[in-house]
Amino acid sequence: MSVVVRTIARIIVPMILAFGGYVIMHGHLTPGGGFQGGAVVASAVALIVVVFGAERLKRRKTLLSLLEDLGAIAFIALAFLGIGVTFFRNVLAGGGGLFGVPVPPGPNPGFLDTGGTLPLMNWAVGLKVIAGLGSVVVLFGLFGGKDDR
Amino acid sequence: MIGNFPFAVCMILIALGLWTLLTRRNLIKLAIGITLIESGVNLFLVTLGYVRGGVAPIYTYAPPGARMVLPTPQALTLTSIVIGLATTALMLAFAVVIYRHRGTLDAGKIRELKG
Amino acid sequence: MTIGIHVPILAIAVPLLGAFALPIFAKVHRNLRDLWAILVAAFTCAMVVALAVQVFTSGIQLYTLGAASPTATVVQGGFPIRIVLVVDGMSAFMGLITALVGLASLMYAFQFLKEEQGKTLAMTLFFLLWAGMLGMEYTGDMFNFVFLEVTSIAACALVGYRTWESRPPEAAFKAMAMYTVGGLLVLLAVGILYGEYGALNIAYLSSKISGTPLDKVALGLLLGGLLMKAGTVPAHMWAPDAYGEAPAQAAIVLVANTQASLYGLFRVLFTLYGGALSTPAVGWLVTALGTLTLLVAALMAVIQTDLGRLIAYGAVSQIGYMLLGVGVGLTVISSRPDFGLVAMKGGIFHMMNDAATVGLLFLAAGVVKRACGTKDLRALGGLGHDLKWTSGFFFLGALALAGIPPLNGFASKFLIYESSFRLSPILTAIAVLGSILLLAVFVRAFQGVFLGPRLRTVQPAPLGMLIAMGVLAAIILAFGLVPDFFVRHMVTPAAEALWRGRDLYLAAVLGG
Repeated sequence: MSVVVRTIARIIVPMILAFGGYVIMHGHLTPGGGFQGGAVVASAVALIVVVFGAERLKRRKTLLSLLEDLGAIAFIALAFLGIGVTFFRNVLAGGGGLFGVPVPPGPNPGFLDTGGTLPLMNWAVGLKVIAGLGSVVVLFGLFGGKDDR
Repeated sequence: MIGNFPFAVCMILIALGLWTLLTRRNLIKLAIGITLIESGVNLFLVTLGYVRGGVAPIYTYAPPGARMVLPTPQALTLTSIVIGLATTALMLAFAVVIYRHRGTLDAGKIRELKG
Repeated sequence: MTIGIHVPILAIAVPLLGAFALPIFAKVHRNLRDLWAILVAAFTCAMVVALAVQVFTSGIQLYTLGAASPTATVVQGGFPIRIVLVVDGMSAFMGLITALVGLASLMYAFQFLKEEQGKTLAMTLFFLLWAGMLGMEYTGDMFNFVFLEVTSIAACALVGYRTWESRPPEAAFKAMAMYTVGGLLVLLAVGILYGEYGALNIAYLSSKISGTPLDKVALGLLLGGLLMKAGTVPAHMWAPDAYGEAPAQAAIVLVANTQASLYGLFRVLFTLYGGALSTPAVGWLVTALGTLTLLVAALMAVIQTDLGRLIAYGAVSQIGYMLLGVGVGLTVISSRPDFGLVAMKGGIFHMMNDAATVGLLFLAAGVVKRACGTKDLRALGGLGHDLKWTSGFFFLGALALAGIPPLNGFASKFLIYESSFRLSPILTAIAVLGSILLLAVFVRAFQGVFLGPRLRTVQPAPLGMLIAMGVLAAIILAFGLVPDFFVRHMVTPAAEALWRGRDLYLAAVLGG
């Protein structure tokens, strides 16, 4: 790709990453969440694949698949946290500890320390979607290349 | 009457998708047809949850006594979108593999399995 | 007894966790991965069996996800909003089938798969599929279409992951298209029901459904979608391809997957629509589709030249017998005569028998493919000299599939014949004709593949594969020799759960 495209991509990619992180982080307060934020981040991966070529990210494939597994395991492990009561029980909410603060009424942006296990689950899903969608994009980018196995 | 307009659009989308599936032979176009049906179904689900004058279903945002749109169809739609993503990716990957083996995407020519 | 109440969710969550942790263990060491797979499988089977024992001794088991207590299904005003798992006799019975098939498949896979052929990937997909099937069978919520789609994606990936061959991806694409359209039809129906009644809980919906035109549209969509996934005749094109091209240990899980779709269909017909639907028209539709399926599939089996596809058509025809048995029961459910329950027992018993019989045949065909590299009937012959055990198992499976006494296929088919005769003798005649055709086809296949002069010397099957086949063969013999015992303790509770259990189901979930 031309130098204009590359320069603009370099500027835009961090912004997309930051926005994706915001959507994941505020998933329990505003519309959004793990999947949506993950998809936003994966679009940055798609941009990199289009602009710089999938070869750039080829060596990251193992890392991505590892992250995807970790995200899924973290999600199920968080659900298992509640097994003392019921599976998926939100044991952290309202407890006063980490993520345990009750949510005050009214708009409260940036008030992240709430929601119990939900924000953690959002991060787990986000990790899985970033890694999963990212590797899908990279793999499709590699299709048709010289060695795409 | 005008309230039913979105439902008509959903049905048109689904019908278009089915028509694509039945008349087209290109594997990529088959995948597009399935995506069309999926969009129709997703639109249908979101439309179901619409409440006139409703606000976003966030407990702490909503003023007391406000009507919220229904969150369950939105959860259903989101799940459906995620699944659709996986399905589409898998189908396209299979299409790529088939193309690599056969050198064609025409379902009429890929007929090793029949009978 | 803290673990006792958590059994339903553990049976689903543990294989799911197992699936995602498997690749990480595989990166550490190969043996660690195998150990983990065995642990997860053993734990899942133990949970499924424990759950079945609980259900058969003390009735319906409930589990509410995320609630203050597992049995707190409803919030204020008798309105269930949380996702619930409801396990009654039928669900527990299906869980047993799934566990059995999964266990046999895993034992077989350990020696069938080689490392370079993506063993880790195949095992991950297998656990995902297992979790999806158990989830579909235990759920009490229409949100279960999620599990339907999980099984679709995992099953298709399992059919087509061997991308270095040309035919599996083609079969997988076809199956994927059919599965996805079926799943979307089901989702559309779920949307319609939600729009009408504002809930997704099966028990709550069932108490509200009154048979409006929209309900009927939703029923039609659900029937269409689930039958598409089950591979009955108007939409059976994907089934022989997928069964025939999938590796043997995946093909037998696909059989269980098909049955999970059938279970979804029965749940919809008997529990969800059990109150509003008293006309026998739907019952006749199911019966007619079943009869058509068994006849067409048996006829198609006659002309096959590939061993895998031949068994696949045999498997499709067995779906027809199940639909016939349950359809007869559904047709007469409003007056509840005795033979209706007998037909239901026959159809449901046949699900278990089909899983064991067709599974055994697919595994034997896998051994043949492994030994000779082909499944073409015209190129095979004389394998009985080297594959003694395998040929014995294949013969046993063929006889059981055709319903020869004293094997299990006879036990369940006899119940179906006996009761469908009371509804209409024509149905029985077609069903018997189908069995005779299958007998002829499979005896010919057995004769062509295993008998005759020795064409080549082949390696005998390894021990793990023989054990997997031996387990299924033992089940065929046990169910054939003492069918009364199994019918009384497992099949009757399952059939009763559909036949009269709707009120109990509703009362268990909604209270009062």
